[in-house]
Amino acid sequence: MNPISSRRRFLLGALSGAGALVLSGCDKLASTAWFQKTLGAGESLTHFAQRWAIPRKAMAQEFSDADLSPQFRSNGTAVPRNAQYQALAMGGFAAYRLEVNGLVERPASLSLADLRALPSRTQITRHDCVEGWSAIGKWKGAKLAALLDIVQPKAAARYVVFHCADPMENDGTSPYYESIDFEDAYHPQTILAYELNDKSLPVPNGAPVRLRVERQLGYKHAKYLMRIELVESFANIAGGKGGYWEDQGYQWYAGI
Amino acid sequence: MSTVDTVDATPTSYLYYRHTAAVRIMHWINVIALTVLFMSGLNIFSAHPALYWGHSSYSARPAVLEIGAMEDADNVTGMTRILGHDFDTTGLFGASRDASGEIVAATFPSWLTIPGNRWLSLARQWHFLFAWIFLVNGLCYVLYAIWSRHLSRDLAPTGADWRSIGRSIIDHLRFHHAHGEASKRYNVLQKLTYLTVIFVLLPLVILMGFAMSPGLDSVIPGWVDVVGGRQSARTIHFVVAWLLVLFVFIHVFEVIITGLWNNLRSMITGRYRVEGEAKR
Repeated sequence: MNPISSRRRFLLGALSGAGALVLSGCDKLASTAWFQKTLGAGESLTHFAQRWAIPRKAMAQEFSDADLSPQFRSNGTAVPRNAQYQALAMGGFAAYRLEVNGLVERPASLSLADLRALPSRTQITRHDCVEGWSAIGKWKGAKLAALLDIVQPKAAARYVVFHCADPMENDGTSPYYESIDFEDAYHPQTILAYELNDKSLPVPNGAPVRLRVERQLGYKHAKYLMRIELVESFANIAGGKGGYWEDQGYQWYAGI
Repeated sequence: MSTVDTVDATPTSYLYYRHTAAVRIMHWINVIALTVLFMSGLNIFSAHPALYWGHSSYSARPAVLEIGAMEDADNVTGMTRILGHDFDTTGLFGASRDASGEIVAATFPSWLTIPGNRWLSLARQWHFLFAWIFLVNGLCYVLYAIWSRHLSRDLAPTGADWRSIGRSIIDHLRFHHAHGEASKRYNVLQKLTYLTVIFVLLPLVILMGFAMSPGLDSVIPGWVDVVGGRQSARTIHFVVAWLLVLFVFIHVFEVIITGLWNNLRSMITGRYRVEGEAKR
């Protein structure tokens, strides 16, 4: 055997062996408690660093009508498997009420007309999905800050939790939910959107109202909002990680 | 870097202290970090295996690159579409052998991704942790390279280097490499390649990673338009990652043909054997 081919064979063997070793080693590592803690520490570091580097009122880029995606992609739930929701949709959401409660001085229950009467904002923004794709849409909605001014959060409140109409399990359980902190809740671009591209929000995109929290990834933008709850901690809600996808292992801070 | 060690018995060859401990440690941290970043990055890409140019993925323009699989009754074919041209990439992209040896639809073979199965959230955790390690290590390296004069002494091309560039290209194509005292210095193509990787490709891949973060995009709204938008940035991030893989292949190839064990030892213990002039 000439030295070149034996070298090549050695190299290939070493490469695939190394690959398999790296992989099985990494997968084993990822299942240990200490490494999961390390991965979590990396996540906290990213959250801290981004909060430090990004000014509180830094604005997400806004676009022009020419940039709009021809059709705004619906991802996740397209029609909530929820009889109560479907009845509301059949009635054109005339009977819809958005409940706002939890750690607030003045709990509220708002109809779509009430929401439309709140100070609003219209913005053409880019929606970035955690999967990697982006789409551009024009959103109009009530400023969350204006709603919070009405309900008056109590001093202990730290997070705004969004409870949704769409069950994530086939048996109708695990309703979608999300949470954000006050920095994002009071951000000028954080709105409860009831219009997409100058029309009432379609069902596949979260009718009648969805959250827009523009400096974070798509899964934070909860659709089909039914109730907004102000809490001190989300540890006792569902899986305790602050959102449906967070409970499946996704980052709570999704600015990256 | 310049201490000469003459412990060796033969007068015609000696061990030369080539790489400082700092460079060796940072080199191997970088190897680990880039490996994990690449493999976890491929797993992340698999969540939406298509690349676009511009701000969004849903415009009138088609994708720049798409990886997918075509399945019929008894065949799975891996397809990669680049700028409208289809390529059969079964075995590597779109469809590859699983653990049982059967061809199945998968963007990348499981041995190329971290974790081995498609798992976006865990792949992101890996990717961002090692991005921190890579970033801090890289910053330390650049500061060290400037402070220790590794950059000016070993990496910056000299006037003689620039004049020898034509010969260096021919030498590389013929796989001729330096012996004796000349092997103690990097050749001009080597210097230019290292400088391109360190100061162009690696900063670019980091910056394009930042460009994909909706949070960092808001620091100076619209800064991602410098490259055409967030989806362009994602495309560049992917292309640069593969250019780095190309660099690693060439780098390892050169390491092997110029003396695998001698080079490896110099990056582990720091000592590189210089052949005596008589042996040339």
